[in-house]
Amino acid sequence: MNYGIVSQEQLEQIEEILLQKLIKIGVDCAIIIDMAGNIITIKDTGKSKYDIYSFAALAAGNFATVDAMAKLVGETEFSLLFHKGQDSSIHFSKIDDELLLISMFGKDISLGFLRLNVVEAIEQIQKVWEKQD
Amino acid sequence: MSFINLKDKVVQVKIVYYGPGRCGKTTNLEYINRKFREQIQSEMVSLKTHGDRTLFFDFLPFHMGQIKGYDIKIQLYTVPGQVKYNATRKLVLKGVDGIVFVADAMEKQREKNIRSLNQLHENLQSYKESIFDIPLVMQYNKVDLKEHGIPVLPISVLQQDLNSRLQVPYFEASAITGFNVAATLKKIISSTVVSIQKKLL
Repeated sequence: MNYGIVSQEQLEQIEEILLQKLIKIGVDCAIIIDMAGNIITIKDTGKSKYDIYSFAALAAGNFATVDAMAKLVGETEFSLLFHKGQDSSIHFSKIDDELLLISMFGKDISLGFLRLNVVEAIEQIQKVWEKQD
Repeated sequence: MSFINLKDKVVQVKIVYYGPGRCGKTTNLEYINRKFREQIQSEMVSLKTHGDRTLFFDFLPFHMGQIKGYDIKIQLYTVPGQVKYNATRKLVLKGVDGIVFVADAMEKQREKNIRSLNQLHENLQSYKESIFDIPLVMQYNKVDLKEHGIPVLPISVLQQDLNSRLQVPYFEASAITGFNVAATLKKIISSTVVSIQKKLL
């Protein structure tokens, strides 16, 4: 596939998954990007105001760097990343070779609970995404 | 790979400024950032070393208006030019839709331009893209140095060195003064958008 085109129906399904699995448990913002730094979709609580285009470009760069580091130490990949801050933290998880799910969340939600939900969300998103090919 | 969102009617296009170290890639973006401020909603992102050299990339999102009801969002990137950073250069090229090759017109940089272009060719091959197919524009930068008595390569030599086989559009430019920076950008955007349209139809 040379060009990424997603149908309206698929996007709506994916957004619904992000809403149910992540936003409803207290995640501030969930973004899906591709490895080239394009934004596929974003779902947030409406409270946060991030510059998401710059964020996506940096996140893709960040993940690509870590991926290259994984190969240097003989791993095929590091499939998730976690950055912890004082008030907000960011969790990155690979959906497939092309897609990345980023969750931004505050102190009210535990990392373990988030990770469980991220795993479930990814399984569901993969099913929707597969229909594309 | 440009990304097309049918729901929000947005097309995201990735354009990369490529070229040898200190040729003026970041200066191009800085000029665009100043000149087209009203079309840019966010700050330019630069990942650089303490010595002001690009470490990973510069990033500038640029809003171009609509084509057939679709919002076109242009994402401008630069690569780090220094020889040792080829791994990061390759990462930035992932999913590229159009390239501006910025060549340094100074006489003493002649060989570096050729080497950088060859490496671009190899790097694109690793993504199964071809330098002969991808939208590409040549920019011969720093032509203003001629007036300051610094030896600059004639355009015929630059064309012979870099563009004899590619035969892509080219511009003499001066990124520092802004001469032909906008013309280069306009050309690469139009070539890239046309190429995306062709692939989709």
